[in-house]
Amino acid sequence: MKSFLEKYKYKLISACSFLFVLLVWQLVTDVFHLVSPVMLPSPTKILGTFWYKLTGGTVPDGSTLLENIWSSLKIALGGYCVGVLIGVPLGVGMAWSRKFELFAKPLFDIIRPVPALAWIPLMILWLGIGYGSKVGIIFFAAFISATVNSYTGIRRTSQVHLWVGKTFGATNRQLLFKVAIPTALPMIFTGLRLALGSAWVALVAAEMLAATSGLGYMIQMARMLGRPDVIIVGMLTIGFVGLMLNTGLEKLQKKYVRRGKQHD
Amino acid sequence: MERAEGNVGSPAAVLECRNVGRSFDSYDGGGKNEVLRGMDFEVHENEFLVLFGAGQCGKTTLLNILAGLDMPTEGQVLTRGKKVTGPAPERGMVYQKTSLFPWMTVEDNVGFGPKVQHMPENERQARIKKYLELVGLTGFEKNYPSQLSGGMRQRVGIARAYANQPDIMLMDEPFGHLDAQTRYMMEEELQRIWQKEKRTVIFVTNNIEEALFLADRIILLTNCPTHIKEEYIINMPHPRDYVDPEFLRLRQLITDNMDLTL
Repeated sequence: MKSFLEKYKYKLISACSFLFVLLVWQLVTDVFHLVSPVMLPSPTKILGTFWYKLTGGTVPDGSTLLENIWSSLKIALGGYCVGVLIGVPLGVGMAWSRKFELFAKPLFDIIRPVPALAWIPLMILWLGIGYGSKVGIIFFAAFISATVNSYTGIRRTSQVHLWVGKTFGATNRQLLFKVAIPTALPMIFTGLRLALGSAWVALVAAEMLAATSGLGYMIQMARMLGRPDVIIVGMLTIGFVGLMLNTGLEKLQKKYVRRGKQHD
Repeated sequence: MERAEGNVGSPAAVLECRNVGRSFDSYDGGGKNEVLRGMDFEVHENEFLVLFGAGQCGKTTLLNILAGLDMPTEGQVLTRGKKVTGPAPERGMVYQKTSLFPWMTVEDNVGFGPKVQHMPENERQARIKKYLELVGLTGFEKNYPSQLSGGMRQRVGIARAYANQPDIMLMDEPFGHLDAQTRYMMEEELQRIWQKEKRTVIFVTNNIEEALFLADRIILLTNCPTHIKEEYIINMPHPRDYVDPEFLRLRQLITDNMDLTL
């Protein structure tokens, strides 16, 4: 028993904070009725709604929870992949070639501060309210983080490492692929994770404005129909799926980025 | 013109530094900041030449010029009679520190030169094995630089330079950041390695003991702009003793001649 406590000491502390919040929440709602259920439903009520939506309930937005998750993931990952596939090479290119930087960076610097959500009106105008416009919005959200971090990563390449590469006979191309990109890889992965985060955030906002399914749409419908329990189920699902995606990328990073610890 | 320059070189020298000077534009925009002036010397086959001088000015710049990473503003550098126009694998470098690639294992670091020059894999592996053995690091192939001590990292740096089989090795204060004890040990190690597989070496240091322990010839440099003050042929047999009377005499002689105004 003692060794069990020792082993899970810190996890238990974290669990306590969760349990405390849930307990207070339950007390102020279902036990003492201090807060109206229209404003804040109780944890047990939310758990019930979650189970209902998970096991095939389609009220009130017309889709089950899994259908909504799948619909959101398709959009987020679609826009994310395009954003990363363009953003990473763009960042690497701007950092590696002075001429390309002079050409592309001013344009990028103007687009960079424009929030992804500011593209919503134009995207709807150009691509309608279907899959394309949402992917377009997510693209901008993901693309910016991916570019900026790849650019910074390549820029951090050590001068001495480049000297070593040159004196050992490496060509310019080999310097890029064997010295600069390995240096930048941890930063590039950070970019990929930030991009995934911004993509997921932008997704919900995009779906609130123009959608027929998805987690953001579900929340929006629940608000209009006065179902706070469904709103909270939607929020928690968004958080949980985002956490899973980030954890997945972290695992990939641990597996593929070699022990890049700088010495000294 | 190329031909005329080619003929300037003397055939016996591996590398010649002919009247090399280097100035940088100073930051305030006005004048020039002169770092090297009239550097004129050569190094011969399998000679261990030490460039010795105090201060922080010009030595790394000089080595970068010899390596072809930087161009002199005056004079020229010749290797076996041919003018240096850029970096090339026949001139290997060992740096002060943090020059190993931290994302590569020891064997990948050592095999880097052969790899970028597309050497066949079995031959490359043989090179890695040979030179890790030479520096006494067999068994550490799969370690990363961050798992090694400072002295071991410098051994990897030396093995990496050897694995490229350069015509000449340039060493820029390779033991400068090591603690005193490790430094003595590494000086002995380098001497042992060099006796076993001789190479032409230009070694830069600001440590007189290190210079006397290793050198066939010492060139004493002055400070800012760096130029040659004196040259000493060191004829003591190896391994040398730090408290040998001749060692101490030369040490006194050279330090007395040093330009200590910084």
